Amino acid sequence: MNKPLRRVAIFCGLLMLALLVRDNWIQYVRADELTGREENRRIRIERYAHERGDIIVDGKAVTGSVETEDSDFRYKRVWKNGPLWAPVTGYSSQAFDSSQLEKLEDGILTGNDDQLFFNRTLSMFTGEKKQGGNVVTTLNGDAQRAAFKGLGEKKGAVVALDPKTGAILALASTPSYDPSVFAGNSDKDAAARQKLLRDKDKPMLNRALRETYPPGSTFKVVTAAAALENGLYDDIDAKTESPLPWTLPQSTTQLRNEGNIPCENASLREALRVSCNTVFGKMSDDLGNKKMIEQTDKFGFNKEVFTPVRADASVYPEDNKPQNAMAGIGQASNRTTPLQMAMVASAIANDGKLMQPYMVAERQTPNLDPVYTHEPEELSRALSGENAQKIQQMMETVVKDGTGTNARIPGVTVGGKTGTAQHGLNNSEKPYAWFISYAKTDNGSPVAVAVVVEDGNANRDDISGGGLAAPIARDVMKAVIDSGK
Amino acid sequence: MSVVTNTTTIGAIDAPSRRNTELALVVFAVAISVFAYANVGLALNGELPAGMLGYGAGLALLGGVAHLVVRRFAKYADPLLLPLATLLNGLGLALIWRLDQSERLARLPSFAPAASKQLIFSAMGVALFIGVLLLLKDHRILQRYTYISMVVALILLILPMFFPAQFGAKIWITIPGIGSIQPGEFAKIVIAVFFSGYLMVKRDALALASRRFMGMYLPRGRDLGPILAIWAMSILILVFETDLGTSLLFFGMFVVMLYVATERTSWIVFGLTMSAVGAVGVASFEPHVQDRVTAWLDPFAGWGTHAASEQMAQVLMSFGSGGTLGTGLGQGNSDLILFAANTDFILATVGEELGLAGVMAFLLLYGLIVERGVRTALAARDPFGKLLAIGLSGAFAIQVFVVAGGVMGLIPLTGMTMPFLAAGGSSVIANWALIGILIRISDTARRPAPAPAPSTDAEMTQVVRP
Repeated sequence: MNKPLRRVAIFCGLLMLALLVRDNWIQYVRADELTGREENRRIRIERYAHERGDIIVDGKAVTGSVETEDSDFRYKRVWKNGPLWAPVTGYSSQAFDSSQLEKLEDGILTGNDDQLFFNRTLSMFTGEKKQGGNVVTTLNGDAQRAAFKGLGEKKGAVVALDPKTGAILALASTPSYDPSVFAGNSDKDAAARQKLLRDKDKPMLNRALRETYPPGSTFKVVTAAAALENGLYDDIDAKTESPLPWTLPQSTTQLRNEGNIPCENASLREALRVSCNTVFGKMSDDLGNKKMIEQTDKFGFNKEVFTPVRADASVYPEDNKPQNAMAGIGQASNRTTPLQMAMVASAIANDGKLMQPYMVAERQTPNLDPVYTHEPEELSRALSGENAQKIQQMMETVVKDGTGTNARIPGVTVGGKTGTAQHGLNNSEKPYAWFISYAKTDNGSPVAVAVVVEDGNANRDDISGGGLAAPIARDVMKAVIDSGK
Repeated sequence: MSVVTNTTTIGAIDAPSRRNTELALVVFAVAISVFAYANVGLALNGELPAGMLGYGAGLALLGGVAHLVVRRFAKYADPLLLPLATLLNGLGLALIWRLDQSERLARLPSFAPAASKQLIFSAMGVALFIGVLLLLKDHRILQRYTYISMVVALILLILPMFFPAQFGAKIWITIPGIGSIQPGEFAKIVIAVFFSGYLMVKRDALALASRRFMGMYLPRGRDLGPILAIWAMSILILVFETDLGTSLLFFGMFVVMLYVATERTSWIVFGLTMSAVGAVGVASFEPHVQDRVTAWLDPFAGWGTHAASEQMAQVLMSFGSGGTLGTGLGQGNSDLILFAANTDFILATVGEELGLAGVMAFLLLYGLIVERGVRTALAARDPFGKLLAIGLSGAFAIQVFVVAGGVMGLIPLTGMTMPFLAAGGSSVIANWALIGILIRISDTARRPAPAPAPSTDAEMTQVVRP
């Protein structure tokens, strides 16, 4: 019986060999794939096993980590004044992933990023507890608070930029939300998140970056820039060829102005001061769709902007003649994000140079050594310095004695443009109030702001860029100037 | 010392008993297990576990007593079997204790700490092991109980049908006040005794009275009867108790023993064909088995919707996360598997915390037990002993393959336990008995032949006297 016994022995050996081969297959060959699977809770356990680094504004952390007991995730993210900073930081939830800076800078915040490799290796030897690095933002706390205070209960958004560098100084979106309420992993967190998601006011929508609005009359500065750049007009105080009434091309519809304002052959300065639709509508038509698109491209339209948080693309589309004429006054089919209009204002304030907007100034190791410092970067040359200064003069007139007087700051030169964008079918819905502006001191311009207020509750007649949005812009600019930044 | 020792046959020289080797290995096995226990305590709580002394002493006592009994009553037994069983049992206890500390498992309503119970079961297992060695002076006595074994095996296998299913399979007998017994584990041994006895008697009939057909030996109908009966029985187990593992185990064991007894390859062909037909047939209408197959084919596809798939995916991720060297005892998250983490899936904890290296070591330990068993079968001088030893070690090998292969996703999961390692009384007790019988057979096999009687003729021819 020994021959079959030896064969059975070989068979048993083969069974064991199969197991050994299979074991090598799953534990060696497939190990990385299995470890990295998104279903693998170990990744998240490890992720929350250490204190997460902080996001820093004005030298102070706006985020924090607390130890929790109720699950296998040890640390939970908390925000100091969550609603104020949520449009900047985004959220980081044990159960529901993360967004914005919390997601994009996750490597630094968790301490796993390659930039922290040396630091990590060092602390492995010194036996220090693993900790995440910090992300220092460009934001100005005072400006952010002023923006939120100004928006108050109203729906809307504010973006403030430093025109010289592109640094984002304020990024507000209302209504906002507190990311702390669903940072954990419990049923309570899930319910809080569901409530936010179901809210019809969409508090988790970042209106400053991810919502596009018709820009209304604020877009006229872009049209003016296109006219000057393309040599359609040269002198901002010379008369334009603008009949009143003016009929839209290929149509019998007459373009109207708000009220009885002096728009016939008005100069550029005058037309912007009182916000003539006819002058700028015709200007856009004279330039044509192609040139308008070229100019908007230079201001950063028609592609997504990464701050590094992604902002939706603002669009100035290819259109037929009447639509293009309407788009020239910020109606019809062009749509912009508040960030985009802040970029327009800052490019003009910065003598035509458009800087890449950014909100991460520095990344730090856990012991605060910088591993990355942002260098300001020119995104494009939106218009010539000379033309930029002409538009500055026009915008300053608007604030001095035009529609934007509410933005005046004593002792500071302020340029701005109001906008009241109609939307809805046949303008059935309440319009959006816009205001874009910049302030100028002896050292150039420290701040450019775009404000949009979409307030369904306000009385329709009260909604105007000058009335609703300009005071908010003024407060934000004042906060930046006062904080000496 | 008699004068014959250095002059006649080699068999007369006392074969080394290797009992001291066995003792050293048992001490080593206990030491490794205690070290593992300390390691878990340090990793989980930062201090040596309070029960370490008691645990170490308990395991040392079990191993020591078992060794003394072997030394006294099975002097020539294989020296590796006892230390291997002690090591696996000891490490199993450390792993179970480690899973007892899991907060995640503690939240499960069905979970109860199992380490202390497992120590008691181990003691009962060693007691049964000692009982086997004391009562079974010669394994050939078991031949007398061939048909009684058959009846007992059938009762053990059929009994669970009358008890409610637990966790989708009817493989438990619940006795109020005592707990659940998995009779399949004991049936494994009893049925091996029956097969050995039956095949020893019928082997010639099965091997020789057959017709040659297309290069294979077709057995006669009346000899085909038993194999058909066993096949039918294993299918019935599968259908009524939905226990794929046990049915595979019995059928595999029977085919192996039949092959060894008859030396006819055709039996293996029949066996494989029939098991394939049976498995495919049952899988096509039995939802419990279908679940397992689905989970095996693509575990991640059923994530979040299909419990069996999710469990399988968790097990695979546990293995994968362990990688080559593992996270270290107590530092993994294999408890994410949740249900049955300390029974069916205990190998996943080995995989995650001791890594590829650890799992391969465990597989080699099991492989060594099988190898010592097969070696015992080769050395055994009587056909009954050969068949019994190969049956038991073959069953052991198949069980390890079915469980480890199932847990590692090589074959569909069947829900048996890793011998000695997994929490569960029936398994550990039955496997100690299995080791006891193997030790008894190996003792008989390796015992030196009695010295031939001194022959005066030999004296005359060998010694030249002046």
